[in-house]
Amino acid sequence: MSSPSLNRIAFQTIFTKEVLRFMRIWVQTVVPPGITTALYFIIFGNLIGERIGEMEGYSYIEFIVPGLILMSVITSSYSNVVSSFYFSKFGHHIEELLVSPVPNWVILAGYICGGVARGVVVGIVVTLVSLIFADVSIHSYLLTLAVFVLTSILFALAGFINAVYANSFDDISIVPTFVLTPLTYLGGIFYSIQLLPEFWQTLSLANPVLYMVNAFRYGILGVSDINLGVAFAIILLFIVVLTAYSLSLLRRGVGIKS
Amino acid sequence: MTALSIRNLQKTYANGVTALKGIDLDVEQGDFFALLGPNGAGKSTAIGIICSLVNKSSGTVRVFGHDLDSDPGAVKQCIGLVPQEFNFNQFEPLEEITANQAGYYGVERKEAFHRAEICLRQLDLWGKRREMARSLSGGMKRRLMIARALVHQPRLLILDEPTAGVDVEIRHAMWDLLREINRQGTTIILTTHYLEEAERLCRHIGIINQGEIIEQTSLPEFLNKLSSESFELNLRHPLTGFAEQSVGGFALRLLDDRTLEVEVAKGQSINSLFAALSERGIEVMGMRSAQNRLEQLFMDVVGGSQLNE
Repeated sequence: MSSPSLNRIAFQTIFTKEVLRFMRIWVQTVVPPGITTALYFIIFGNLIGERIGEMEGYSYIEFIVPGLILMSVITSSYSNVVSSFYFSKFGHHIEELLVSPVPNWVILAGYICGGVARGVVVGIVVTLVSLIFADVSIHSYLLTLAVFVLTSILFALAGFINAVYANSFDDISIVPTFVLTPLTYLGGIFYSIQLLPEFWQTLSLANPVLYMVNAFRYGILGVSDINLGVAFAIILLFIVVLTAYSLSLLRRGVGIKS
Repeated sequence: MTALSIRNLQKTYANGVTALKGIDLDVEQGDFFALLGPNGAGKSTAIGIICSLVNKSSGTVRVFGHDLDSDPGAVKQCIGLVPQEFNFNQFEPLEEITANQAGYYGVERKEAFHRAEICLRQLDLWGKRREMARSLSGGMKRRLMIARALVHQPRLLILDEPTAGVDVEIRHAMWDLLREINRQGTTIILTTHYLEEAERLCRHIGIINQGEIIEQTSLPEFLNKLSSESFELNLRHPLTGFAEQSVGGFALRLLDDRTLEVEVAKGQSINSLFAALSERGIEVMGMRSAQNRLEQLFMDVVGGSQLNE
């Protein structure tokens, strides 16, 4: 068995297993983001949004569409990998992979692509829900897709690292609750940072989610608070660093080997 | 060819516990090898290192000539592991669990499902293929782990207490299957606490105790070390007032009025025992070993007290 062939088949196996896993429980994994997004649109878009008026030349409901889609993608990609990989540690079935000749990078790629797949499925569902409430046309398909996929990869990697270090089910909910949610809500989903006082504008620039939300908003609406080049550089930098770190964790067997 | 060769293998865990103190072990290709030892002796650590589940502290492991450090992929490709604990996803159907495992070894999807069918049929689990693993009984789960370990057709099968908690009928069926797999050329390493199982199945044994290999030999040679063997004799008529402690040079003990325990030393003929008993009018209806021979030796070598730790 040649190595490229083994790697391809092993990757397909892990990826298929991951997709089947979240599709088997679609009521828990795919439906809730659609309902949550619909509620956001009803409350912030229709009820409150009409009183806010325009933001950067768009109605408030149109302005929040990119952020809400990306928020769902971030949450889904992260939670898919963190729950799946932690559960495989908890149930010891990660050992199925550890005893097999699958290289670490293939294991990582399989789990990350599984997370991206859930991000894509949820992203499509949330986009369809958005179209019920807002008339949105896409400024740049390529840019939108690139930010969508890269953001999904980045948060899937973050979920993987969280799962490696997690020792209990509490540990896989602490980071999303106390880190991910605040960063996402303060990442410019519901507002333009131009509305903030100068100090808070500067502080917001330290939030990586801000760059992703704005790059995605540019892809859909064509407006952004952030330079696109900087946004892509930051996203790619995070992906490279988190990938290297994840592979190092797997190589050393942190959390999975004695 | 040597299927497994271990040299100076050491493992010290992060908490300072030294599980392996530099063991050497060789298992020949085609062998059925028992790795025995009391709880905490280091068996599972050694298996964990061979199967890449535990990082070794030092030493070398070679499987069919492939070095674990320089060519881990080739080593892993050769090994099938049946671990002690259930380690499959309880929320996946049996067919997927088995076929996925084949996929991890580079078996194409269609062929993986074909092999999963063969293995599940072999282990009498095909009828349950679409059921979630959590719905299986303990014995079925053990069989599922064997099916999963066989699906990529390993050259070396390692079984860590495969029949723990399995009823007698299934255990015998599993023994037949393991003998057949071994007969077809697969080298098998077995750890078990049922020493009868090791005696029935294995040709060579290694005994590990407190992180060291204290015995590695063929089973007949090892059993030859027994200085005496105890038998229980069932008597036709009750013995009352029998006070003798020795008959014809054989040490005797009356367990109840119809059961005598006799110790036969190495070299003593059992015929002369029966002759001596007949002379006294004692008629024997049946006999059996009072203790499994391997168990008796194992207790001598390891020290009975450690089994209770």
